Amino acid sequence: MKKLLTAWATMAGICLSASSFAGTLVINTDTSDPAPKKAFEMIIKKFEAENPDVKVEWNLFDHEGYKQSIRNFLNTNPPDVANWYAGNRMRPFVKAGLFEDVSDIWAQGGGWNDGELSSSMAHAQKSMTIGGRQWGVPYTYYQWGVYYRKDIFEKLGIAVPKTFDEFVAACAKLKENGVTPITIGSKYLWTTAGVFDYLDLRVNGYEFHMDLTNGKIPYTDPRVNAVFDAWDRLVKPGYFIENHAAYSWQEALTPMVKGEAAMYVMGNFAVAPLREAGLTDDQLGFFQFPEITPGLPMAEEAPTDTVHIPSKAKNKTDAKRFLIFMARADVQEEVNKILGQLPINSASAVADDKFLKAGNEMLNNAYAMAQFYDRDAPAEMASEGMKGFQEYMVKPERREKILQRLEKIRQRVYK
Amino acid sequence: MTEPMSELHLNSYRSSWWKRHQAKITPWLFLAPGGLFFTVYVIAPIFQSISISFYEWDGLSPATYVGIANYVELLDDEQFYVSLWNNVRWLICFMAAVPVGLALALFLNQTVFGIRLIKSLFFFPFVISQVVIGLIFTWFYEPNYGVIAPVLSVLGWEGWAILADEDYATYGIIFAGLYPQIAYCMILYLTGLNNISADQIEAGRLDGAKGWSLFWNIILPQLRPATFIAIVVTVIGALRSFDMIAIMTQGGPWGSSNVLAYFMFEQALSEYGYRMGYGSAIATVLFLIMLVYILYFIIRMYRDEKKGL
Repeated sequence: MKKLLTAWATMAGICLSASSFAGTLVINTDTSDPAPKKAFEMIIKKFEAENPDVKVEWNLFDHEGYKQSIRNFLNTNPPDVANWYAGNRMRPFVKAGLFEDVSDIWAQGGGWNDGELSSSMAHAQKSMTIGGRQWGVPYTYYQWGVYYRKDIFEKLGIAVPKTFDEFVAACAKLKENGVTPITIGSKYLWTTAGVFDYLDLRVNGYEFHMDLTNGKIPYTDPRVNAVFDAWDRLVKPGYFIENHAAYSWQEALTPMVKGEAAMYVMGNFAVAPLREAGLTDDQLGFFQFPEITPGLPMAEEAPTDTVHIPSKAKNKTDAKRFLIFMARADVQEEVNKILGQLPINSASAVADDKFLKAGNEMLNNAYAMAQFYDRDAPAEMASEGMKGFQEYMVKPERREKILQRLEKIRQRVYK
Repeated sequence: MTEPMSELHLNSYRSSWWKRHQAKITPWLFLAPGGLFFTVYVIAPIFQSISISFYEWDGLSPATYVGIANYVELLDDEQFYVSLWNNVRWLICFMAAVPVGLALALFLNQTVFGIRLIKSLFFFPFVISQVVIGLIFTWFYEPNYGVIAPVLSVLGWEGWAILADEDYATYGIIFAGLYPQIAYCMILYLTGLNNISADQIEAGRLDGAKGWSLFWNIILPQLRPATFIAIVVTVIGALRSFDMIAIMTQGGPWGSSNVLAYFMFEQALSEYGYRMGYGSAIATVLFLIMLVYILYFIIRMYRDEKKGL
């Protein structure tokens, strides 16, 4: 009997000491794809090497499943660090009080660091801010823009368009020569938002776009109609590929690889499959989405991935150390070399890649950065909005009806 | 000395109580586990879902009571009517699975060499997962490289993207859905055909029935139970059509191939949704539609049983 008791006591002791061991840092991520997975393996190894007192426990979630599971684990079984996305995508969690306010990491001389964050990542601070506070740290982003077949442009004597008029003229010339000017796969809707965002950023500018996605401007506003007027100039003459509602974004790459289509308004992740399909860097090029309203400061689309501390986390001290670590220039540099994306920290060097260099230059000079329609606008608005964009791109004559419908939804969503 | 006696007495009393009520209690005991799970996992969620439909709730923040606002909004939602109308289309077109399944079953119900192998080939669509069928049919419909593209271009419909066409996407999905459903109905009829009494056919033949009249008057009435089940599973299959839509169009283009079940998922659980209250309101409407139909069949079944059919 006594023996049993001692055994119990020892076991309880072990359990107690295990749960009170301060140096365990639990990290949940959705980085299940090969490159992001490798990147986080590297991060964790490096972090553990630098902080021998901390033991990292890493839970890797499936990328798609994570969107569901984060809603559960933030409440029921919170890790110390979780990755997510900037902009309005984090708003529901911030609003529900599930993310920790980390403004002290960002603040100049906030005690947690040397105050370097707010200067080296100043251009990304807006997208991490809700209600004047910061709720996480960004570690990677990538540019959007126009990817094009350089060889086709050269063959037809088309120069890279700087203005929208030139862009439309280039489309006309491509079409005359039997090449579909712009390919897009709108089956899963979101690709249409890339086009809409850029048109709006160029017609009305960043502030207007943010006001629109924050629900401050009605969709029936003449300025929104002006965006669709510009869009009409591409849709009505049939410059977008036919049947785009039947394709995913990957399927829409095929015509571009075959040389049947010349341009794609896309994110930088399209480069890898295009290269794999056999396009060389001589055939493939990138240019910034052309200017529409002259003199308007050029804002860009750059979706940002972030790390956050759940407000119910147990080990917030080490979690903050981890966030500061993730913000460091050398860490971001290494991470983004693996990811093939761009570091946020402006002190980080960029991988030697034509498209990354072009993107980095563009983003460092950007007036501001939009996160993409489905991250800037709340989820319900985004899903209906993108449905509307897809419908408009197939049936441009329904514009009026679509915008009225979106306005009705706006009034409901942002009440 | 008296104590053990009373114990014994009590025991015999107990066992006799059990004996007296055994016949009555036993079925309830056997039903208890099933009943318990049915209550916890089916009945309770129905009421829970109905009660959530009166709230606005994103699944994270506290829910706010909004009365019937979700239903009012539903009545003003174009997408709801599109989905409802698509559900009607599903119900009507899906019914084709019953006669086609019957025809196939009659065709396969012969005794020739190798028929077992042929039969099992016809079972195949039922064995394949719906998701796989949906994916394969999506490739079939692909406007440029799909297998039916050459056929369509001969007919003059060059590059017709069925799944991206707001008028035909639903029919495209229903057609894919019919593929396994026909096999299902066929299996039901094949088992039914096994139980047909040869005597009655013999008797019918003696009375001069053959061909169509033999089938209509002798065979079909005997297949009544199979027909009943085939219709039930087809109606339920049509109403809960979800996986095909999720895999083939996600309700698109712009929501034109949505049905209530997928619409509910989209609003309540998809990446862009999390409107639990609104989703529950849709679920409640779907439940009521199913209830009308289920009640009709339960009443019919009850009457039939009374008649001893």
